Amino acid sequence: MRYLGLTQADRGEMLDTIGVGGIDALFKDVPAGALNPILDLPPHQGELEVERAFAAMAKKNVSPMDVPFFLGAGAYRHHIPAAVDHLIQRSEFLTSYTPYQPEISQGTLQYLFEFQTQVSMITGMEVANASMYDGATSAAEAVLMAQRITKRSKAVLSGGLHPHYRDTVATLMDQTDQPHVAAPVDLAGTEDLSSLIDDQTACVVVQNPSVFGHLRDLSDLAKACHAKGALLVVAVTEITSLGLVTPPGAMGADIVVAEGQSIGVPLSFGGPYVGLFATREKFVRQMPGRLCGETVDQDGRRGFVLTLSAREQHIRREKATSNICTNSGLCALAFTIHMSLLGELGFTQLAEINHAKAVQLAEKLSQMKGVAIVPQAFYNEIAVTLPKPAAEVVEKLAGKNILGGVPASRLFPEEKSLANVLLLAATETNTEGDMDKLVVALKEVL
Amino acid sequence: MNRQGRPTTPHAAANSASTGTITGNRGLQMEEALIFEIGEDGRTGVDLPPPPKVKDRLGGLKRSGKIGLPGLSEPQVIRHFVRLSQKNYSIDAGLYPLGSCTMKHNPRLNEKMARLPGLGDVHPLQPVSTVQGALQVIDQLAGWLKTLTGMPAVAMSPAAGAHGELCGLMAIRAALKARGDVRKRILAPESAHGTNPATAALCGYTVDPIPATADGRVDLDALQAKLGPDVAAIMLTNPNTCGLFERDIKKVADMVHKAGAFFYCDGANFNAIVGKVRPGDLGIDAMHINLHKTFSTPHGGGGPGSGPVVLSDALKDFVPVPYVVHGKDGLTLVESGDAKSFGRMKGFHGQMGMFIRALAYMMSHGADGLKRVAEDSVLSANYVMASLKDIMSPAFEGPCMHEALFDDRFLKDTGVTTLDFAKAMIDEGYHPMTVYFPLVVHGAMLIEPTESESKDSVDAFVNTLRGLAEKAKAGGENVAMFQAAPQLTPRRRLDETRAARSPVLRWKPGSNGAPIDKAAAE
Repeated sequence: MRYLGLTQADRGEMLDTIGVGGIDALFKDVPAGALNPILDLPPHQGELEVERAFAAMAKKNVSPMDVPFFLGAGAYRHHIPAAVDHLIQRSEFLTSYTPYQPEISQGTLQYLFEFQTQVSMITGMEVANASMYDGATSAAEAVLMAQRITKRSKAVLSGGLHPHYRDTVATLMDQTDQPHVAAPVDLAGTEDLSSLIDDQTACVVVQNPSVFGHLRDLSDLAKACHAKGALLVVAVTEITSLGLVTPPGAMGADIVVAEGQSIGVPLSFGGPYVGLFATREKFVRQMPGRLCGETVDQDGRRGFVLTLSAREQHIRREKATSNICTNSGLCALAFTIHMSLLGELGFTQLAEINHAKAVQLAEKLSQMKGVAIVPQAFYNEIAVTLPKPAAEVVEKLAGKNILGGVPASRLFPEEKSLANVLLLAATETNTEGDMDKLVVALKEVL
Repeated sequence: MNRQGRPTTPHAAANSASTGTITGNRGLQMEEALIFEIGEDGRTGVDLPPPPKVKDRLGGLKRSGKIGLPGLSEPQVIRHFVRLSQKNYSIDAGLYPLGSCTMKHNPRLNEKMARLPGLGDVHPLQPVSTVQGALQVIDQLAGWLKTLTGMPAVAMSPAAGAHGELCGLMAIRAALKARGDVRKRILAPESAHGTNPATAALCGYTVDPIPATADGRVDLDALQAKLGPDVAAIMLTNPNTCGLFERDIKKVADMVHKAGAFFYCDGANFNAIVGKVRPGDLGIDAMHINLHKTFSTPHGGGGPGSGPVVLSDALKDFVPVPYVVHGKDGLTLVESGDAKSFGRMKGFHGQMGMFIRALAYMMSHGADGLKRVAEDSVLSANYVMASLKDIMSPAFEGPCMHEALFDDRFLKDTGVTTLDFAKAMIDEGYHPMTVYFPLVVHGAMLIEPTESESKDSVDAFVNTLRGLAEKAKAGGENVAMFQAAPQLTPRRRLDETRAARSPVLRWKPGSNGAPIDKAAAE
């Protein structure tokens, strides 16, 4: 077995040193009858055989590389520079543990500090943590944090919030029977949440752009929250939008949660991704997750450590701000590297291209009979209404080798009114030719 | 200085004092500034085409002002991150004996498989007809996990161990609720991982600690005394955090079940028994499996992980969405509409990238190889214990499972602490073991060599620890060496108090990393 380090002779010598006659003597505490079960599993295999098995499974999937592709809804296809994947596979990043011994983990710690800085900058916030599992779990943690800060329980969830975020928040709150109010689904992008905010409201969670693509100024909502002593949590599922759009921090957000996948992290069928979590400096001691901070070593040289760990489970146990331990370290590294490559210039350009592609797509689709573009203002994603059920249309498009968006019914199965709504995203990876193919195919199936 | 007035070699002055070089570098050990100190306006590491000319549809919400991101070329970025990487210890570079973390070899085949077109690049919301292979990976991995644990069901979506614990407790709460039973208390040993009580608290439970016996196991009498109609579950790690198999585990299960409660097992230490013992045969109801421990997916400097949870018959209906089922047209996903499901734990379907790696690892080992994994990991830990028991102080009588736990009695009156001992290991080229955990053992040192190491490697490690223990016991000027360690690392001991007292959590324009004077720092 190629991954095992001991030879048969080694095993014998080691058993002798220990002073037992056989390996099972070391398992003597296992209850009788429970040791060495017969397992109906295949025996070990070489690399070649394993590769064959995976290649066969991969072939059963339609790769976005091979077809016109317009899916978004919380996960986006972007080009990842070659340097990103190369660097994250360096042994010293890939095969190290959480940086609990800072003297031999300065590499990890410094990139986390850089990651925290980048996330703070793009969201327009003051501090960010070293990552959460994903955007949806970041949102759930934000609600808990808002409860701790305001000492109130209720969360108001926007009708434009991605249902996976909404449900992840709700599931966690249900554990302690905390009240949450999910506003009606907001396809039109006109909801006014201020009437739902009362003196028991800990926070309002709103997504920008919304799951239907609406880009909104949240400043008034922030004011309405603050007037009632509640916090505004803004969720961003498409982080590249912040290269072009006014960041939540400038609109008055108190906590920004985001899915960082779009920068550096492959689609990978939904995970692992990287949850971003940013807030105001005054709330830092209520944050969940790891934080990396600057300090000095014994010789006075700048160095980095995990800090404020008195918030965390390994120190504070049941009084911790969260139970999170393992986070998304390597995805955060991919994000940091990709963002470093982009820089101000590249990040802005990338966002401009994404937006322009979506505008192009919207223009082409709006000329089709029976198709209407829902959002007036948007970034790279739009909801469109079709004359037919979108799920059916998407299936037919798949039959024509086009991955033509996400039917809203996939995310909102209970909302019959959304049956004909299709969610489409365009990124720098979409060519105009792909868009034309989509339009032609749509004409055939509608 | 660059054009923004950012110093390009921010530490040169400070470092030259301590190392005697002009640059602060010491041969291959390079000083490296922050990207914000390296970058300049007008430079980028990507070439993007001009955007198509369109009238913007941003509704007046165009960003004004600069973000402040630095501009770097590709070679600058590569050099920066390569230099950073060289400041990290890693499994690939050496034995990484962190107890409770299972720092085993991370096969590169797994990385290759996770990047295959059709697996690494598929979107989670593609029509299921276009992702049958992806669903097959999940289904096959679920099959392996169920067989290896002897459990009827598995929830695949949890993103890490602690997230798996949360899933397990949510399932338990849902099952209790379904029978109209409200319970408020969770029992957990004092030696438990911090995530156990933290998770219980997230679910609204109070946590009641159970003491351990002198031989490092759950005290059954104390457990019996604490059980009652308000206890929802026990959370027990097995093998436990003292590195021991809970030999009364079936009795524990019986007692817990008799009290109407559930048995949650923390599976962090599954590596010791994989292929060798099925938790399902021990009476547990739920257990998370850290794919990033037992099944070799890389720790990546802190994540990502994956924490599927196997569930007993009593809990198997109370799962999170989504999950994969066999339908008439192949595999499909249940994403909603399951009345017994307790809800959703995260976006999309789980840590697919980790699933692929873990399945590749399992297929590579097979049933025979996985059993060997458990045996060799336990053998190596016991060998470490046997080789050091005369000079260090084992916390409990053996045999141990896959980790050897020592306390600090052997350092008594030496002036050397567990922390000093660990830091001295760093100068010897080793990552320290887990220290000061579990909390129930004074000055704990928890060593997990894993099955990946050759005997020569374990011997070299053992000899190093022997040498250090001898030095500590010899005392004299050695004590100062321990207290000053590490001395040969990119940074020496860091001032954690300063970091926490006035937190600096990001770079800011102006905070340009000017050399920090040691005198001023103190």
